[in-house]
Amino acid sequence: MAKPASNFTRQLESVGNWVDRRLPVSDFWKAHISEYYAPKNFNIMYFFGSLALLTLVNQIVTGIFLTMQYKPSAAEAFASVEYIMRDVEWGWLIRYMHSTGASFFFIVVYLHMFRGLMYGSYKKPRELVWILGVFILLVLMAEAFMGYVLPWGQMSYWGAQVIISLFGAIPYVGDALVEWIRGDFFISDATLNRFFALHVIALPLALLLLVVLHLAALHEVGSNNPDGVDIKAKKDDQGRPLDGIPFHPYYTVKDIFGVGVFLTLFAFVIFYAPTGGGLMLEKDNFIPADPLVTPQHIVPVWYFTTFYAILQAVPDKLLGVILMGAAIGVLFLMPWLDRSKVRSIRYKGLGSKILLTLFAIAFIRLGMLGLAEGTSAQVLEARIWTFVYFAFFALMPFVTKYEKTKPVPERVTK
Amino acid sequence: MIRFKYWTAFVAGTLISAVLALPGAYAAGGYEGLEASGANVHDMASLQRGAKFFVNYCHSCHSAEYMRYQRLAKDIEGLDEQMVEENLLFGGQEITDYMKAAMPYETSADWFGKAPPDLTLVARSKGGVDWVYTFMKSFYLTDQGWNNTVLENASMPHVLWELQGIQRPVYETVVDENGEEQTRLKELVLDEPGMMTPDEYSAAMRDLSAFLIYMGEPAILERERLGIWVLLFLVVFTFLAWLLYHEYWKDVKK
Repeated sequence: MAKPASNFTRQLESVGNWVDRRLPVSDFWKAHISEYYAPKNFNIMYFFGSLALLTLVNQIVTGIFLTMQYKPSAAEAFASVEYIMRDVEWGWLIRYMHSTGASFFFIVVYLHMFRGLMYGSYKKPRELVWILGVFILLVLMAEAFMGYVLPWGQMSYWGAQVIISLFGAIPYVGDALVEWIRGDFFISDATLNRFFALHVIALPLALLLLVVLHLAALHEVGSNNPDGVDIKAKKDDQGRPLDGIPFHPYYTVKDIFGVGVFLTLFAFVIFYAPTGGGLMLEKDNFIPADPLVTPQHIVPVWYFTTFYAILQAVPDKLLGVILMGAAIGVLFLMPWLDRSKVRSIRYKGLGSKILLTLFAIAFIRLGMLGLAEGTSAQVLEARIWTFVYFAFFALMPFVTKYEKTKPVPERVTK
Repeated sequence: MIRFKYWTAFVAGTLISAVLALPGAYAAGGYEGLEASGANVHDMASLQRGAKFFVNYCHSCHSAEYMRYQRLAKDIEGLDEQMVEENLLFGGQEITDYMKAAMPYETSADWFGKAPPDLTLVARSKGGVDWVYTFMKSFYLTDQGWNNTVLENASMPHVLWELQGIQRPVYETVVDENGEEQTRLKELVLDEPGMMTPDEYSAAMRDLSAFLIYMGEPAILERERLGIWVLLFLVVFTFLAWLLYHEYWKDVKK
């Protein structure tokens, strides 16, 4: 028999009950944490969801502290970043956590999405989880792009110039649209100021809302797993999935381990390679923005270069912009492009495996080509990989429909 | 938990070999043919000499407008505020001031056709200090005046010629791929020795390079000192988290 509760415990309990009668705190905790049943066979690829949440929190918290010293004006922005790096206590650490955090956010999100492609996490009934995720990617890209403009270095300025001018390719409204986005006839103080507003208020709010919806949709249908087996099909007599385990404590402790590994890598870059070899903080961005001097070689930050390479691979500007947009937009169609009977790549046929591998190579290779100088040989290569990139989506309905799949087990494998 | 099916290994292998084997496209716009400076930013004696050299030889024309004099005394061992005030400040400056050059930009722009650039971040904006190191060693004199192999037709004259001496170019004739003869610079030779031997001059430039690395990011000293402790903490934390994870998962894995 348990010890009689102490006075203090009883008081604590009654406070808890008082709150619970007014706000469903413990119901929420049960539904989403302690009695949310997740498949027990998650592998290493399943760390990236919680890590994406961690990087989001990192960006928000460090971002709040950066805004306390940063000045969103063309005259002061560059110097205020150097002020943060030099005169603000621990300013350099907060700034590097934010700038490195942006790159790590994309590494994590790209791997998280690749996990979805591997195990068919976009397939019925998780279509909305996937679609909300693609929206998160879109908002994240806008957020990162505008954030990169804020330090007001040469690459901030000219990168913004190149990206914003893409909207000019749109027929009829293009020029007016570009002017509307910039708020001026060129990239200027007005542009910087509005990008700051969007970067610190509008887009983070949108991002948070989308993340909440992404998780709500996920918890409604339950998590997929590397076998693509529906764990809710087999339940015990109390209605708990036989292959499910409560998220807390099992996945909370497991994710803490994942967080440890992640933070170790993250800290290594922050402390010993904060510019990421010129990939995360480009060298030209240590020169203040100068509208009169164009850098020799304008490239976006690495996480945009895959799409930038697709843009450059097309000789026509408008067509390039359309194809670049399509490269992301086509992700929305994934739930309907995949017509396979099975979810996981483990049980799909050889065709799907080859397609996915080629897609991954195309994605990485395009990313490398997007950083290159754009010689004719490189442009030619970028065209080939662009073709492979879209072939992955175009061939998917046929390959997944006609290829021979392996039988899916009834329960998850160990 | 981590299971390597044969196809997973196959995909990982293909990805890695594809990225490594394909001809390199990646070019971060680096510079070719630079000499490694060998500068060590954690060498305090070198930093001190570099700081002194910078103030004596560069700072009359070049500003470091994001850097405060005071910071030198704080970061560089062996320098205190009094020494900085007595040795490194120009007249009328406070120790808390930013390091503005003695010569106003308007004047220097008139003299050289281009205002001398601010040097606070030069080690970072050139993607490393090797550019500056090689630049400072690559001045040569022709009948047209000073030139530089790293930055052709640089507006900057060789202010350190008295130290390094005068280098002159040696040209060679090569046949290019179209079968045409081209004259190109082969090497620089020291024609008139300066006050320093070539080794002494290189060492002075190495000290200056160390200082420029430091000035580009004063936090580098603390960052690299602190990093190892942060990493050690995280490794221990991760190990404990792994033990905890295994303890909890015993009943799942049975």
